[in-house]
Amino acid sequence: MIVAIGLLVVLVGTVLFHVYSPWWWTPIASNWGNMDDTILLTFWITGAVFIAVMLFMVYCIYKFRHKEGRVAHYEPENTKLEVWLTSITAVGVAAMLAPGLIVWNDYVTVPEDAVEFEAIGQQWSWTFRLPGEDGKFGTVSMKDMNPDNPFGMSADDPNGQDDVLIEEDEMHLLKDQPIKALLRSVDVLHDFYVPQFRAKMDMVPGTVTYFWLTPIRTGEFEILCAELCGVGHHAMRGTVVVDEQEAYDEWLSDQATYAELVEEARIRKENETRLAMN
Amino acid sequence: MMVDVPVAEVAEVELYHAKSYWTKYVFSQDAKVIAIQYGGTAVAIGLVGLVLSWLMRLQLGFPDTFAFIDATDYYQFITVHGMIMVIYLLTALFLGGFGNYLIPLMVGARDMVFPYLNMVSYWVYLCAVLILVASFFVEGGPTGAGWTLYPPQSITEGTPGSEGGIILMLVSLALFIIGFTMGGLNYVVTVLQARTRGMTLMRLPLTVWGIFVATILALLAFPALFVGCIMMTLDKLLGTSFFMPEMISLGQQLEYDGGSPILFQHLFWFFGHPEVYIVALPAFGIVSDLLAVHARKNIFGYRMMVWAIVIIGALSFVVWAHHMYVSGMHPYFGFFFATTTLIIAVPTALKVYNWVLTLWHGDIHLTQPMLFSLAFLVTFINGGITGLFLGNVTVDVPLSDTMFVVAHFHMVMGIAPLMVVFGAIYHWYPKITGRMLHEGMGKFHFWVTFLGAYTIFLPLHYIGLQGVPRRYFEFGDTAFIPDSVTTLNAFVTVVTLTVGFAQIVFFYNMWRSYKHGKVAGDNPWGATTLEWQTAETPPGHGNFGEELPLVYRWAYDFSVPGAKNDFIPQNMPPGPDTNNH
Repeated sequence: MIVAIGLLVVLVGTVLFHVYSPWWWTPIASNWGNMDDTILLTFWITGAVFIAVMLFMVYCIYKFRHKEGRVAHYEPENTKLEVWLTSITAVGVAAMLAPGLIVWNDYVTVPEDAVEFEAIGQQWSWTFRLPGEDGKFGTVSMKDMNPDNPFGMSADDPNGQDDVLIEEDEMHLLKDQPIKALLRSVDVLHDFYVPQFRAKMDMVPGTVTYFWLTPIRTGEFEILCAELCGVGHHAMRGTVVVDEQEAYDEWLSDQATYAELVEEARIRKENETRLAMN
Repeated sequence: MMVDVPVAEVAEVELYHAKSYWTKYVFSQDAKVIAIQYGGTAVAIGLVGLVLSWLMRLQLGFPDTFAFIDATDYYQFITVHGMIMVIYLLTALFLGGFGNYLIPLMVGARDMVFPYLNMVSYWVYLCAVLILVASFFVEGGPTGAGWTLYPPQSITEGTPGSEGGIILMLVSLALFIIGFTMGGLNYVVTVLQARTRGMTLMRLPLTVWGIFVATILALLAFPALFVGCIMMTLDKLLGTSFFMPEMISLGQQLEYDGGSPILFQHLFWFFGHPEVYIVALPAFGIVSDLLAVHARKNIFGYRMMVWAIVIIGALSFVVWAHHMYVSGMHPYFGFFFATTTLIIAVPTALKVYNWVLTLWHGDIHLTQPMLFSLAFLVTFINGGITGLFLGNVTVDVPLSDTMFVVAHFHMVMGIAPLMVVFGAIYHWYPKITGRMLHEGMGKFHFWVTFLGAYTIFLPLHYIGLQGVPRRYFEFGDTAFIPDSVTTLNAFVTVVTLTVGFAQIVFFYNMWRSYKHGKVAGDNPWGATTLEWQTAETPPGHGNFGEELPLVYRWAYDFSVPGAKNDFIPQNMPPGPDTNNH
């Protein structure tokens, strides 16, 4: 009896906890609401199974617990019942899988009007790059990376001259504009993770990974690293700000292109040389 | 010209008999002794893993409180905790411990077929454990790369233990696999070749089926980890670039070029996913037998249960990349692996149905083994269900790398198998020692452990759903993480410590009952399988007396209509007492 009650308490407690949990997903800020919908659907289907099986167990324990004179039934198998149960399970599983695969298809199919930006992870900070007016990223290489050229830009690639280099941990995105995030890492694995966007993807040195999304509301959101990357993993933070057009343009106009940075550096160097000569 | 070749004949080979204390109890070739050695070592290192979990919970529950835990320590704790629990505790305990004790007894053999190899297997395992422990004492400490050991970070600066610790970890793993292979070949060959007369494959108890298929999985899966370890060791020591791309580590250009970090992930999970079932299948098998014995009813749908084990085992080799949906592998793999992963839910669900249907119209004795079996069902159903979230590629995207994952795998492959371990110990302790465990202490142990463990992991799913990432030393000021998460973490830490310390009662019970427990007799539970039909308890060297038992029936003749008792042992010949029709 106590055992049946104990399990019933576990069941009721679980359901109540689910309903009244103060912890639930963050308000969404991207187009991936259908991920949330798939989660909800999964909660409903699996929750129903959980409740049904638990109730059945509780009933069995209460009803068939040992008493003097009770004899168990002898029933080795019941193929018909097993086929039924298997079929119903298969239908339930398909009902979760099918929407899941449809959403996944959306997730891996980048719309044509998506604009690109690049996020670069390194232990333990973020930097970003935009392709500039020509819409093309310039070539980068590890060999060219040094304190004067932190992005490793190739000086002679014309595509790179107008690339906007953002050497700080804050990135701005335009609301309602589909974007494709190109993800790179210069050292170990990282993962670009903004909980409100739902989307995430590992950044792998030696290759470029990606995902896409459309920000649907303005605001400031924290970027976390979601792939263990050493002792500073938990402190690898950044910010992504979703702006309306006007604020976005203003932010963008404050950012420098590669060509401008090279020019600045050249002037700075000239001044230094002049000072040194005096 | 004819050569006279002597016929290579030898007299009947006697079972190896130990001649001294050393060969009887230390370098023993008796599977039962080896089982105790494996089990004792696994539990001992498991306790280290338990203490490590307390330390990490202290940090999560009370950040900025314990000066002796910094980020380096924390990452080392989680890494070694995970590695110990999955491999050195659960794998070794189920296969080396229960496998060694139960396979020969349950199939009606005198011992494993290769006793010497079996002995070596244990000693290699012990070396692996000692090397793992040694990594705490080298400069830099053990590796803190996470139990998945993903390169490049596992061998580059900026990760704790990236000098000595990681090398010892890799060597220890390689040794574990070598030791396991020796034991594993033994289990498989013994099941296939040493069954007593009448013990057909379809009369094997499900315990043996679970351990047998799990061992085959392990023999096929561990080599992938083995080569991964060797390749990573070469990358680390000789500067090869199997897994290492061109990279700049903390401002320093490294010499590596052209390797693939994702290749390691494929190798790791090609082992890692079957590993889940290497732990789960023995638990499935054992719990089936516990439920049947203590509900006095045949396991429902035996043949389906066997095929489900085999199908799950086979499918477990084509689902590995569901651990890698957001790893940067080709996104189209997601379609395939989500489909195979959700398909595996069908035979698994069928097993759950058959377990609960075994209770239906049973005569349920709420003994300790039954209680822990019920706890297994609850935690396994719960953890299996959250697997349907993470296996479904789309749902995995927001949830991966969050506390939801941590909660899921602890529930499904931590707590659930552990419930079976406890149930199995309460069930077989009387056979191993000849004494019953104390029931009152057992009840206390059960309720605290089951309710406590469930309380620890249930809420962690929800902070994961909220987005709280795993493997974070501290959360600092993170806008989307409310203070209530810290409060919850403190609560969970308190429960963790409580459940942990409650295990003292369990160990005290084992220690005390060994001398003072109620004398068990040969077959206290009224079980049908052969280990309960031995001439003496605990079973002596050679397991069975003069004659090996002959088997006439399956392992589940409980409450057969018309039979004298509510159980008919497998070696009971047909007769008036067993008249079932």
